[in-house]
Amino acid sequence: MLEDHAKVISLLKEAGEIIGRKKLQKIVYICKKLQFPFNERYQFHFYGPYSEELTLRVEELCNLGLVNEVKESKGGYYQYRYTITEEGEGFLGHYDLEMPYLNKCICEMNGQSSRFLELVSTVLYFDSLPKEEVKEKVFTIKRKQNYTEEEIEEAYGYIERLNKHLEA
Amino acid sequence: MLELLNEEKVFKDPVHRYVHVKYKLIWDLIGTKEFQRLRRIRQLGTTYLTFHGAEHSRFSHSLGVYEIVRRIVDLFEGRKEWDDKNRMLSLCAALLHDVGHGPFSHSFEKVFDLDHEDFTREIILGETEVNQVLRQVDQDFPRQVADVIAKTHDNKLVVSLISSQIDADRMDYLLRDAYFTGVSYGQFDIERILRVMRPTEDQVVIKASGMHAVEDYIMSRYQMYWQVYFHPVTRSAEVILSKVLHRAKHLYKKGYKFKLKPVHFYSLFMENVSLADYLRLDESVAMYYFQLWQDEEDTILRDLCRRFMNRQLFKYIEFNPMVQLKDWRRLSDLFEEAGIDPNYYLEVDSSSDLPYDFYRPGEEEERLPIHLLMPNGELRELSRESDVVEAISGKKRTDHKLYFPADMINDLSSHRKAKEKIKEILHLK
Repeated sequence: MLEDHAKVISLLKEAGEIIGRKKLQKIVYICKKLQFPFNERYQFHFYGPYSEELTLRVEELCNLGLVNEVKESKGGYYQYRYTITEEGEGFLGHYDLEMPYLNKCICEMNGQSSRFLELVSTVLYFDSLPKEEVKEKVFTIKRKQNYTEEEIEEAYGYIERLNKHLEA
Repeated sequence: MLELLNEEKVFKDPVHRYVHVKYKLIWDLIGTKEFQRLRRIRQLGTTYLTFHGAEHSRFSHSLGVYEIVRRIVDLFEGRKEWDDKNRMLSLCAALLHDVGHGPFSHSFEKVFDLDHEDFTREIILGETEVNQVLRQVDQDFPRQVADVIAKTHDNKLVVSLISSQIDADRMDYLLRDAYFTGVSYGQFDIERILRVMRPTEDQVVIKASGMHAVEDYIMSRYQMYWQVYFHPVTRSAEVILSKVLHRAKHLYKKGYKFKLKPVHFYSLFMENVSLADYLRLDESVAMYYFQLWQDEEDTILRDLCRRFMNRQLFKYIEFNPMVQLKDWRRLSDLFEEAGIDPNYYLEVDSSSDLPYDFYRPGEEEERLPIHLLMPNGELRELSRESDVVEAISGKKRTDHKLYFPADMINDLSSHRKAKEKIKEILHLK
């Protein structure tokens, strides 16, 4: 029961704090692509892979008092910070979640900008396409973000690094 | 490219009055077997067990979305931000956006790990009648249509007609679902919304003077989610349906001999579904098996199918995981003790398990919100301007329910002690 909720709490626990809903969305997506057992469904949206299920799940966790959400005004928009609460810690105690290497990957991702994670998740979204086509996709559907060729190469290198964590 | 029919065809439609078709390509797409299959798939899955009128199909919804997009592009024609070369692309994407849905999609996709979006793409790009018709435009046209539906096409404006927070898909399903369920709160002034939609490079925006019409649309979404889409009785039916599918799969994998071989389900059970297998399965086929499985030897499958077919659904109570987590463990043990398999007869269902979404302005660059076009040309996010939308954007929108077969628990002719304890925990009289 509520194992998928527990996995999201576990991810937040490993991260300590995640600043930004977009960052949280992309981290879970990347984890999913790395074969961590997250079950939230993703679709491609304007800003890359996005899961409505995850949004609602986090909202549920906040309503239950298991996750703490802090809303901060950033001028024209709001930003949200997420941490787990003591109750969240207690809730996790009821589950035996084994996700080896999750901590290493999460900490690695949490240190990156959400812009970069958006690129990484977009590259992963199109991972069935050859690299050149992926680049073309990024340049056309994400033209406003002005990603460079170097950034895309960096994203590929980054994915490789994450995969190595899992192999190690 | 835009070959016209000799004369315009119309479909009578209870929501839009008429659906107009003047292009041969659209007419041919509607005639394909993959599109006709949508007649045999209900738009709202198991909702008909709660609202008996909700028997409408994905076929009629798809025509409705097409009709709304047709009207939008007619209104856009002549505006400098709109390139009319995208008309056919928009119409085809609108018509085909749900072509990959299977029977009772929500439960089937969860249990068998499927994604209707993958099948939509396969139907459009694979060896199908739909693909043949689309290729009449040009060889690359099917891919373009598939990319619009997958939201990965570079023309964001066309994508936003079909997939955004105020798109033709949502507008049609809200109106259609309200009409067929018979509820009165799904209404909004679609004519007004269409008239205040404005194309920009990246998305459709709403002229500020149309804000109140959009408020109505957002309220309608809000009401429909709680009154129809999140209805606990429908969710009970979904829970039972999922259990039926899990049980059938489990039995198949154990080598159980079904009275009639469930050949239509084999590839689903093996999680290796080809497009041909997928297209053979619709709700009439699924219901046929559920009908037969009511007489299976396996008592669990038989009972679950009888419940589903005869609407003997699970009862539910509000469940607060924080407070009742220990109850859950205890309940699970007591169900075992009472001879009721908790894997099939005890379930917590959360709002996040449902496939519908609220309007959320969100965070910058998280998800594209609805933008109002102000008189000075500036774009402003809807909830910043509308008190009504702002008020419902921050409300609690989540809940969890515990589902169980009250009749089994109330039958004290066996395992009386365990059942009494269950009743106590569930506060059953």
